[in-house]
Amino acid sequence: MIEYITRAEFVMLMVKIVMIFGGVMGALAYLTWLERKMMARIQMRPGPTRVGPYGLLQPIADGLKFLFKEDVIPTQANKFLYIAAPVISLIPALLSFSVIPFGPNLQVTDLNVGLLFIFAITSLGVYGIVLGGWASNSKYPLMGAMRSSAQMISYELSLTLSVIGVLMIANTLSLSQIVASQNSTWFGVIPRWNIFLQPIAFIVYVISAIAETNRLPFDLAESEQELVAGWHTEYSSLKFAMFMLSEYANMITVSALATIMFLGGWSGPMFGPDWLQMILPTVWFVLKISLFIFAYVLIRSTVPRFRYDQLMRFGWKVLLPLSLANIVVTSFVVAIS
Amino acid sequence: MIEILFFFFAALAIGAAINVLVQKHVLYGALSLILMLTAVSALFILLRADFLAVIQVIVYAGAIMVLFVFVIMLLNLPVDEDGPDRLRWLKFLGIPLGLFFLFLVVATLSNVEGGAAAQARITGDAEAIGRSLFTDYLLPFEITSLLILIALMGAVVFAKKDL
Repeated sequence: MIEYITRAEFVMLMVKIVMIFGGVMGALAYLTWLERKMMARIQMRPGPTRVGPYGLLQPIADGLKFLFKEDVIPTQANKFLYIAAPVISLIPALLSFSVIPFGPNLQVTDLNVGLLFIFAITSLGVYGIVLGGWASNSKYPLMGAMRSSAQMISYELSLTLSVIGVLMIANTLSLSQIVASQNSTWFGVIPRWNIFLQPIAFIVYVISAIAETNRLPFDLAESEQELVAGWHTEYSSLKFAMFMLSEYANMITVSALATIMFLGGWSGPMFGPDWLQMILPTVWFVLKISLFIFAYVLIRSTVPRFRYDQLMRFGWKVLLPLSLANIVVTSFVVAIS
Repeated sequence: MIEILFFFFAALAIGAAINVLVQKHVLYGALSLILMLTAVSALFILLRADFLAVIQVIVYAGAIMVLFVFVIMLLNLPVDEDGPDRLRWLKFLGIPLGLFFLFLVVATLSNVEGGAAAQARITGDAEAIGRSLFTDYLLPFEITSLLILIALMGAVVFAKKDL
């Protein structure tokens, strides 16, 4: 795993890191715009229109506003953990992009345990929420943090178990090889994607992913009507922005994982001249991720929030048995064929 | 380069482990334990055992310690002042047990074969670990799973008095 690399490889690596990091940060900023605009249209409002055409400069205005706002730290807060929490939540969220293959060659590092690496890193992200809620030393954030940790532990199980079927079919933990295993077609037309082989796993994964990222209808950690804003009630300025960025980054990560495992990653029709063939896989990948993001925003603006006991019952009594049954059935089929 | 990384993470692990012992604040103790586990997982990566490293983070730092932190927050314990010392006997037992542990470590280390030949044989990927778990170490593996099952059932019995 640790090898010495040449100068040219080092430069290539740096270029890749800058491209992926820049692309992801830009996407994060414009996700806020997309979400506000889409939700507004669904609720028959115009949404942001003032800053730039169609409000397209709104994310930049928001960023500047975050930068210049006063940074309030509650007097009774645990200062060290209060400041550390947004960082703990943002770093894992961004770190997981280092193993996601955005294209055949556009991947920072191809770990042979890439999938597990992402699960490990994202499971550390919960500490940001938990510590942020605790360090604020206020009752609503604490309630939000407690709910969120219970929810994330429950749904992490079914999230992890739902992908085991895919792993048994692909026979690898490396993300780029999982993509490569879905690159062929059936009868020359239908792509050999895992969504057709593992439909139940796909449904379980998508539902648990929404719960993992604390989005509506599973956003009990910050449910405005009961908890003001949940675990980030006391946060303001850039620290709040970091929490928000990590939520959006996690959204992209789970969508990218869903694309890689169930929709064939960057695979898609290839045509045109060489330069087009270079960027087409990344275009397909981004399009497939956007599909999930659209679904996320649609679900957020149309489905009401679960009650806490419903959420727990659904996770433990529906999703977990479903994913376990899926593993048993898949392993039988894999063993026979 | 690797040596620098090794000493950095080893020092981090030991420092965090000592902090777990001396720390009066329960939550800081738990956080130090997480730091220690993560540092040890970095040491696994330096040994080319990436699978073990990742599992270490998923199981210990990501799952078990979250529950610890959850319980600490739920109880919201006050900072531990020097209360009645219920572990009085541990002081006397601790010294011989510590010496015995030191002896075990030294005895194990003196039997380890070192060098490049040993390093080349180490394979820490999922396939090698799975293969040795289900062939050479099948019995210990099954016994451990039975133990975990018993613990699970015990927890259920404790939580629900009337089933």
